Amino acid sequence: MFDYAQGLPAKPGVGYKPQHFQAILDNANPVGWLEIHAENYMGAGGRPLAQLRHLVERFPISVHGVGLSIGGEGPLDRDHLQRLRHLCDWLNPASFSEHLAWSTHDGAFLNDLLPVPYTMVTLARVADHIDEVQEALGRRMLLENPSTYIAFAETAMGEVDFLSEVARRTGCGLLLDVNNVYVSGTNQNYDPVGYLDAFPLHLVGEVHLGGHHEDSDDHGKRLLIDSHGAEVLGPVWELYARVIDRAGPLPTLIEWDNDVPDWPELAAEAARAARILEPVG
Amino acid sequence: MNQSLFAAALLDPDAPLPRGIIDPLGRPAPKRFAVYRNTVASSLIDALKAGFPTLVKLLGEEFFSAMALVFLRAHPPKSRILMLYGGDLPSFLEEFQPVAHLGYLADIARVDQALRESYHSADSAPLPEADFQQLLGQDIAALRLTLAPSLRLVRSRWPVASIFAANHAGGPAPKPAAEDVVILRPEFDPAPHLLPTGGAEFIAGLLAGKTLGESLDLATGPIDLAAILGLLIAGRAIVGVTK
Repeated sequence: MFDYAQGLPAKPGVGYKPQHFQAILDNANPVGWLEIHAENYMGAGGRPLAQLRHLVERFPISVHGVGLSIGGEGPLDRDHLQRLRHLCDWLNPASFSEHLAWSTHDGAFLNDLLPVPYTMVTLARVADHIDEVQEALGRRMLLENPSTYIAFAETAMGEVDFLSEVARRTGCGLLLDVNNVYVSGTNQNYDPVGYLDAFPLHLVGEVHLGGHHEDSDDHGKRLLIDSHGAEVLGPVWELYARVIDRAGPLPTLIEWDNDVPDWPELAAEAARAARILEPVG
Repeated sequence: MNQSLFAAALLDPDAPLPRGIIDPLGRPAPKRFAVYRNTVASSLIDALKAGFPTLVKLLGEEFFSAMALVFLRAHPPKSRILMLYGGDLPSFLEEFQPVAHLGYLADIARVDQALRESYHSADSAPLPEADFQQLLGQDIAALRLTLAPSLRLVRSRWPVASIFAANHAGGPAPKPAAEDVVILRPEFDPAPHLLPTGGAEFIAGLLAGKTLGESLDLATGPIDLAAILGLLIAGRAIVGVTK
């Protein structure tokens, strides 16, 4: 087993997909850890849990929740928290992370990571919810910066300030999704480099890299869509190299959830991250 | 920002956008908001496509997607665990006018849904053969069988097993018939099996906790008990026995 006191190893990881199970067991190199979406492993049994029983013996696991709705106006779902706790108690993951977003309202699950305005009211609510999560799970969580397409008239502070203050109040760590920074920066008219230079990198326990595609907004302006369905693009690699240059090696996930490629292509993306994490010479 | 209005506008394309949603220059941003609307719809359509593969084959991707959009707006997921999303789809199909005349679609959807439920059901170990042997010679009619939690029963007045086989295994064109199927998962991969006459009543009896004898009595007409038990044993679906 692994010593998880230090969190995930500062190596590339990938989002686990069942079709890669055998390839990963045969030779996962250079992938050093795996991330799962918590909600996909909340069934009662069958192949998904059987595969996970094998993987958790061989790899550090990151449990990444996509359904907790931490940014939701309503209270957190206690049953869902219990399910997360059950999963974390079983896997003893090296990391648990969730999103600065909401996805559930009035009993309906919308299956998207929806944005919140950055106000003192939202800040207090998000901090309360994170306190509750960390208490229920008995562990520190990482909160991920979102990709966003719209702005809110009521927003009163910047995203980095918002995330930093949430972390200060709750003691949570941060998951820095560099693709989201590039997507949101483009969509919200801010400079991703300035965003990253202001980001509290000492709180970052994990980095995400993913693909996006391009669209246009109501006025024909370039609008980037966080699709997780393609390779990581050049500008995102450049921003990532800048982060690693400043922060040192960090656990780095290749996040490819749609149009999932064969293992060699995914492993090649991980190898590219590995070269930035451990530059030759 | 009010999340109720935001959520309502995600599911209803005719609902007004919540106030205060803007682009970075402070202008109204309906097309930007539509990204969320589209993501919600397309991600849930994808979940339904993955969950109802036979229905997709029967309806075609394009029609299925259009139908799924109507469905998901009226029946958004109630659970954050999407692996079983679509439990309301069979009854929705019965009322969905464009295909209401295709009565078998709802039952095919039930087979797809039952397969998915079975896939995610708890694991179980079959009763060891020695235990079976020991029971022979006793009063078999008084025994109660515990069936695997992954077993599912779908009864239909349509040839659902034949339709399923024709769409997945290249089976012959289905002929009109009422067919019942039992879904068995020997290890991780559930599969539907056509039940002989009386099989569904018999298995329903076992599932309800009745004895073998009582379950046999539920079957109308002659029943091939050896064939049905053979099917259940081969499918590793008998996991316990009590007297």
